[in-house]
Amino acid sequence: MIHVEGIGKRYRLGVARQDTLRDTLAHWAGKVFRKGEGTGGQDSFWALKNVSFDVAEGEVVGIIGKNGAGKSTLLKILSRITPPTEGRIRLKGRVASLLEVGTGFHPELSGRDNIFMNGAILGMTRREIQQKFDEIVAFSEVEKFLDTPVKRYSSGMYVRLAFAVAAHLEPEILVVDEVLAVGDAEFQRKCLGKMGEVAQGGRTVLFVSHNMGMISALCDRVVYLQNGSVREIGAPEATIHSYMGTEFQRVAVRPVVPEQHLRGDGTAHIREVRIHATDGAPRNQFNLFEPFRITYTVQVDQTEKLKDVTFWTLFYGDDGAVIASTFQRDTGTTMTIPPEGGEVTVSVDPNYFLPGIYSVSAGAFTRSNTFVDWADHVIVFEILAARLDGQKHDNRLGRVSFPLNWSMEKAGNAVSGD
Amino acid sequence: MPINFRELWDYRELFLILVWRDVSVRYKQSMLGVLWAILAPLITMTIFTVIFGRVAKIPTNGIPYPIFSFSGLLPWLFFAQALQVSSASMVAERNLITKVYFPRIILPAAATLAPLVDFLIACLILGAMMVYYGFVPTWHALYLIPLCVLWALATALGVGFWLGALNVYFRDVKMIIPFLIQVWMFASPVVYPASLFPQKWQWLYGLNPMAGVIEGFRWAMLGQGVAPGPVVLASVLVSVLLLGGGVYFFRRMERSFADVV
Repeated sequence: MIHVEGIGKRYRLGVARQDTLRDTLAHWAGKVFRKGEGTGGQDSFWALKNVSFDVAEGEVVGIIGKNGAGKSTLLKILSRITPPTEGRIRLKGRVASLLEVGTGFHPELSGRDNIFMNGAILGMTRREIQQKFDEIVAFSEVEKFLDTPVKRYSSGMYVRLAFAVAAHLEPEILVVDEVLAVGDAEFQRKCLGKMGEVAQGGRTVLFVSHNMGMISALCDRVVYLQNGSVREIGAPEATIHSYMGTEFQRVAVRPVVPEQHLRGDGTAHIREVRIHATDGAPRNQFNLFEPFRITYTVQVDQTEKLKDVTFWTLFYGDDGAVIASTFQRDTGTTMTIPPEGGEVTVSVDPNYFLPGIYSVSAGAFTRSNTFVDWADHVIVFEILAARLDGQKHDNRLGRVSFPLNWSMEKAGNAVSGD
Repeated sequence: MPINFRELWDYRELFLILVWRDVSVRYKQSMLGVLWAILAPLITMTIFTVIFGRVAKIPTNGIPYPIFSFSGLLPWLFFAQALQVSSASMVAERNLITKVYFPRIILPAAATLAPLVDFLIACLILGAMMVYYGFVPTWHALYLIPLCVLWALATALGVGFWLGALNVYFRDVKMIIPFLIQVWMFASPVVYPASLFPQKWQWLYGLNPMAGVIEGFRWAMLGQGVAPGPVVLASVLVSVLLLGGGVYFFRRMERSFADVV
């Protein structure tokens, strides 16, 4: 279905940046006068080099890698927006690419008009759009504003409408960039469901995402790009694991910078945050329900030991809202930190967080509940949509899910009691 | 790099919707809306009538100056607008070019069509003026007017392909276009009749397709002036070369548009 053979893409930095004739003239003049120095070399770089892989019909392939690894360039080449410098691509079937939501939306046109506009740009025929029009409108939840110019839409409405059109594309091959990163959480979930449907529907899908939960939930195979080359291709779990291992290890340990200290009485501060698995290995991605630990390196800024302090931690969701908190004072214990400092660890065990990305803030109180320190958004971790036991995540709603006790009494017991 | 007509046909709906968008967006958020399509040539005509008709007293072979200049302005303004929007189209739609694949050539092509609406609206005014001044179009108008429009369109498109592609690489093109249009207008028989041109330089007009378009349009509508002569053939050839070369140049350059624009 898709055959990619040894493709490479070279960008020439010098040429790409010649915005005016003057620059070009200067460039040519420079070339003439610096004859023999050779061209290319430094002012060009390979965004992709020697990339090969095949995608079978109906397969859903995820592309992962750090920023600048060449993911977007690869998608642009696959969707024929830009030609590869070398190598060959064979695509069988109609390709639609979704590198951005709302490509071609015109602010002056109404929502209705933009559905047709955007649909045509994404490669839908007028008939197709007409057939799916009601479905698209219902999906977008903007029925009431269909005849309003989209420039009056809120950004949420805009994204919903744009995605609604895209979600109803039915090409043989769908190429999607990280477009789900926009929109509110509720709508994202809806889109995810739709993407899942598309993936199940036997369509060939290639998509880039930083959301490992989504990648592992939707993909049959994952291509891991590093510095423009394929580092690994394989099953989602294994590939994501090695990606996390190599790319994320460093950020599992982070120093706290001065701007992150929001409050504090100056007696001590958190200097570094480390997030790690129960075996102590620094890591910031965990499977669903896998326990982990966060360790705070505390520096005491006075000569005496710091007595009777209690630590706390806040967990933020990726929308910035606090999802959960934990306070040491609830346990009735306090800590005493020696003048040379110490390491305070909180065990997130059991771990009830559902898949997603969470940010951590931490701090400490004195006995009278004034702030010793408050270090804000010091580290990020991610919970994957795969469980330790290999079972798939069941896509339940919410940010945390904890087991509670359930009971049942036979119906009628309450009234028939004596 | 020939044109892939089959592919172009597949993208006909995108082409049509782009034209439709340009037309429907054209007057949104302007208070007078479609009135501008009438006002713009009328105002220009008034200025020309005062300066070239009254002050400079340019001879027009007995045709009242207002209708003389208006009949020249219509095809000219259409051409100038088409040239301007098609040259700017690639940069204006950079968002599309960098995000979606489609034959790039439909962008300048779609852009040239929207000014046609202005042209048709302004034609109504010309009709009214013809009634007022007592002019009757010749029967040649039946085929000459469409031919002239087509010719102007092809010429604008030819230049638009060249400049549109160049504009992707050099934003200077955007600066040059207004001057080009100005010089080109005065090199065309808009404010003066072609016959005013010195006899021994008349052949130069053969190089300017717009001279043929305007003279032909005027002659067909007003029945006065000079009927298109053999020099027209040379002009048509110039247009064909501009268009053919433009397509070739555009197709050569388009591969790297998305990387550069």
